[in-house]
Amino acid sequence: MTPRRTSVPDAPPAEELVVDPIACTGHGLCAELFPERVALDDWGYPMIHGSVSPDLHEHAVRAVKACPALALKLHRAR
Amino acid sequence: MTDRLLAGLHGRGPITLDRHRAIHGPLPDAGPDLIATVEAAGLRGRGGGGFPAAVKLAAVAEARRRPVVVVNGTEGEPMSAKDRALMRHTPHLVLDGAISAARAVGARDVLVAAPPDSAAVLAGALSERGELGSRHTPRITLTASAVGYVAGEETAVLAHLEGRPPLPRVTPPRPAQSGFRGRPTLVQNVETLAHLGLIARHGAAWFREAGTAARPGTMLVTVSGAVRAPGVHEVPVGTSLPEVLDRAGGATEPPTAFLVGGYFGAWVRPDAVGLALDDAVLRAHGAAVGAGVVVALGASSCPVAETARLATYLAAESAGQCGPCFNGLPAIAAVVERFATARTVRGDGERLTRWIDMVKRRGACAHPDGFARMLETATRVFRDDFEEHARTGRCARCHADPVLLLPRPARAAATA
Repeated sequence: MTPRRTSVPDAPPAEELVVDPIACTGHGLCAELFPERVALDDWGYPMIHGSVSPDLHEHAVRAVKACPALALKLHRAR
Repeated sequence: MTDRLLAGLHGRGPITLDRHRAIHGPLPDAGPDLIATVEAAGLRGRGGGGFPAAVKLAAVAEARRRPVVVVNGTEGEPMSAKDRALMRHTPHLVLDGAISAARAVGARDVLVAAPPDSAAVLAGALSERGELGSRHTPRITLTASAVGYVAGEETAVLAHLEGRPPLPRVTPPRPAQSGFRGRPTLVQNVETLAHLGLIARHGAAWFREAGTAARPGTMLVTVSGAVRAPGVHEVPVGTSLPEVLDRAGGATEPPTAFLVGGYFGAWVRPDAVGLALDDAVLRAHGAAVGAGVVVALGASSCPVAETARLATYLAAESAGQCGPCFNGLPAIAAVVERFATARTVRGDGERLTRWIDMVKRRGACAHPDGFARMLETATRVFRDDFEEHARTGRCARCHADPVLLLPRPARAAATA
């Protein structure tokens, strides 16, 4: 007998920040607004580290909306 | 000898249609059933990426709109000559593969991007065939390919065929979803299609009689550097590197390292045990079969000078679209050059490692990744040479004739 599986509500899905490297011109606002997940490389272009948990969603959206080159996108993680 | 693609080659001009049919027999039309055969055969792309051919075929065949087949004969890799060799010597086999692929995915149009001299041979081969453009045979259009290291990247080829500069774009969407003018597009390398032309005739079991279980078939290698008979040879996948050298007439001097795959590939030590043209073996050395390039660097050449020149060339070949690539690659190449000439500044060692890591996966295409792989393996395999150059600068070997061919950058050639 295996115990009945208790149903656990799915954790809210994490999201991924994605940079379009061609569109990005290195303004750097994303790193300014969202340092929790975006750092700049030695040439001023963003490096993303880690996925976006629900508690960071609003910060991520703010960074995406602020990008002057429309190069930053927030994707549902697969 | 396992000549399949190169069967019947006599080196005196291209094989005629009559002779081609005598060598290989008639081309059957399996239609979409060919996809399952290719899957069973386990054919992988021979342009460098090694992607399973059947997966691409199936993705394009399943698309809603009528697809296009693109034959990629650009071969932007300077040390590779295999695709040109196929197009120039056995053009009908390349056309058979393209036609088979078009029938498999239901395409009516085949677009070929090839260097002008290869395209001219293909045009001659096409004129020998009369029936093209009929219900069962696609229209084939020849276009002169673009010049440049990244011009052979599949999305750059599509841009070129659409009349735009040959620059890679961000994926997804992959060409299978949205390629030439938004249509689902099968982009396959010339050699991959030539294998397809034989698989269509002889089947999956025959294809698997050569090669390894995981990587079946034969492959073309372009061997150069310190060998007696540099050129294109056909060997089973999994052939040991010493055997590959034997096929190329043997070494002219003791090799200090091999560059395997292409300029995006990896440097490996010649004393590494069990080296073979098999991704399962090469993976342990950070290498892959890639486009089948093998360069033997002889003891009389300077690995630091060769690496520095190559890094500078690849940096200049950046398409110039992605910040980490067009900033990072020249900066890294400059550090390598400082090592070569004993002009390093404080922190260059750490800087080199950190920057190589920093450009990986940061481009729309894999150019920075290939550059990083080549340099990572170079600094590992040639560590002692780099340290010596950092102390004493140019060595006697630095003045030897370059082994790695570096075509003039496409942009400079275009404006000259």
